[in-house]
Amino acid sequence: MAVKESSLIISGYGGQGVLFIGMAISNCAMDEDKYVTWLPSYGAEMRGGTANCTIVIANEEVASPYQQTPDYVIALNAQSVEKFEMKIKPGGTLIVNSSLYKGHEKRTDINYLYIPANEIAAKIGEIKCANVVMLSAFIEKTKIVKIESLKKVIRNIISASKAKLLEINELAIQKGSEYIKLPVCH
Amino acid sequence: MTKTAEKVLLKGNHAIAKAAINAGCQCYFGYPITPQNEIGEFLSVEMPARGRVFLQAESEVAAINMLLGAASTGTKAMTSSSSLAIALMQEGISYIAADNIPAVVVSVMRAGPALGYIFPSQGDYFQTVKGGGNGDYKTLTLAPATVQEMIDYTYKAFYLAQKYRTIVFLLADGLLGQMMEPAVLYDYPYEEIDNSDWALDGAKGRPGRWIGSIHRSEEVLEKKVLELFKKYDIIKQNEIEYKTLYAEDAEILITAFGSVARIAQAAVKQAREAGLKVGLFRPITLWPFPEKELYKFATGKKLILDIEMNMGQMLEDVKMSVSGQAKVEFYGRPAGFYFTPEELLEEIKKQMEGLK
Repeated sequence: MAVKESSLIISGYGGQGVLFIGMAISNCAMDEDKYVTWLPSYGAEMRGGTANCTIVIANEEVASPYQQTPDYVIALNAQSVEKFEMKIKPGGTLIVNSSLYKGHEKRTDINYLYIPANEIAAKIGEIKCANVVMLSAFIEKTKIVKIESLKKVIRNIISASKAKLLEINELAIQKGSEYIKLPVCH
Repeated sequence: MTKTAEKVLLKGNHAIAKAAINAGCQCYFGYPITPQNEIGEFLSVEMPARGRVFLQAESEVAAINMLLGAASTGTKAMTSSSSLAIALMQEGISYIAADNIPAVVVSVMRAGPALGYIFPSQGDYFQTVKGGGNGDYKTLTLAPATVQEMIDYTYKAFYLAQKYRTIVFLLADGLLGQMMEPAVLYDYPYEEIDNSDWALDGAKGRPGRWIGSIHRSEEVLEKKVLELFKKYDIIKQNEIEYKTLYAEDAEILITAFGSVARIAQAAVKQAREAGLKVGLFRPITLWPFPEKELYKFATGKKLILDIEMNMGQMLEDVKMSVSGQAKVEFYGRPAGFYFTPEELLEEIKKQMEGLK
C-alpha cells in the first residue's frame, strides 16, 4: 500500500485556539483509525508571536511529525499568512482568515480559500469560535476527516455541564462547513 | 495487561508521566527544564492526588540525590530532566550505579552544547551511554521512537531497574516529548521484584544494612567493581533490544535510534519503492549496544550509513560493532533540524552513486 500522507499547519495568535483545533482534528483522525501526529511550536516562539502546530495524518505510522513544506496551512491571522504562504507544497492550499488578512496572493501554484471566520463567529455570538469555523471549513473542503467525527470530538471535549458552549461550537461547525460550499470563498 | 484499553491522543511527556504512575512510581524529584516540563507539571498534580511524593528540588544536584535516597529504601522513584541539567546530575548517577540502586532517569534531549536551545537533538548519546560520572559503570539506556514506546519503555525502565538493581535511562528528545500521537495506556505488565533482601527499610527485627560506595581497601573496591561488571554481563546477555527493517538483503544499511529511526524508516520504505536495496538497523538499547547483532547484519553490506541528530556519537559504537566488515559513513545535523524522509532519501541516493 502506497503511503498517503497529508500535512497541515495551523497557525495564529496565542489564544486563538490554534493548538485546540489541532488536537480536535488529531482526535478525529485517531477515531477514524488513521495514524496521526500533532507537534506544537514550543518555547519562546509562542510568546507574542504566532503559535502553531503541525498535524500529519497518514495511512501508516507517521515518519516525521515535523514538515517543512505542508500540504495545507490554516492561517488565523495575518502574521501566519506571511510566515507560511511561501512554505506550502505546490498544489497545496492556504486557508485564510479573511477577517484578519487583506493582503494579495503571492503564489499562483497553490490554492487560496478565504473564510471571514471572525465575522461568522461574531454572528453566532462567540468570536472565540473563529477557530472552529476555520477548521470546519477546512474539513468540509478537504474531507481529510469526516465532519461527523469533529462533531463527536467536540461533544466529547466539551462536557455536558457546558451545554451552551457546546451548542455554540456545534453552530460554528455548521456555519464553517456551510460557508466553504459558497463560491465566494474561492 | 488490559487488552481493552483504548487508544488516546497523548503527548510524549504525558505518556512518560502516566506510565510512571501506572508502574508504581512513588516518588518524583525534579527541577524544571524545557522540553520535558510537562512530566513534572503533570506529576505535580497527579502524585499528591494519589498520596505519592512530588518534590520540586532546589537544583538538579539535589534531585538526583533525592532519587538516590528514596530508591535506596526500595521505593520506586524517578527523575526527569534534559541535557545541560542531566550534566549536573552526573555525580549522583555514578553513586546510584556504584550503590546498585534501582532508579529511573528520563532524559529528554535538547540541543547543545551548553545552554544551546530547546530544539530537539540527539547530542547526549555520549552523556547517557558513555557516562559523565566518574569510574567504571554503565547506564542501561532505552531509546523510544513513538509515543506508544514512551509508555512501553517507561514500564520497562522501571522493571529493569528493579530486576537488576541498576540505573536505567529513558532517552528521548524534544520531538518525542512535545508531540502527540495515539497510544494505548495499558496496565503495568511486569512482575514486582522482591527487594526485601537489600532495601534500607528500617532495621526492625533484623541487623542493620549499609549501602555505600566508599571502599577503603583495594581488594574490596576491586571486588565491588568486578561484581558490578558481572551484573552488566548478565544485562548484556538478556536485555539487548533492536529492530530491523529490510536489513537482510539490503546493500545499504542505515543505523539510527530514537525519533530519527522513525524518519529513517520512512526513507527506507521510499527507497524500496524506488527499487533501492536499503535497510534499517535500529538499536533500542543503546547500552547494552547490539554489537554482535549489528556485526551480523553489517557483514557483506556495501555501506553502513549512520544517521543522527548530532555530529556523530552513536557512530562510534556503530563503527566498533561493524569492525571493518563494511564501510561506514555518517549523516547528521546538530541543532534541532529535524530530518525529512525526502532529505534522507537524497542522502541515500548520493551515497549509492558514490558506491558505483
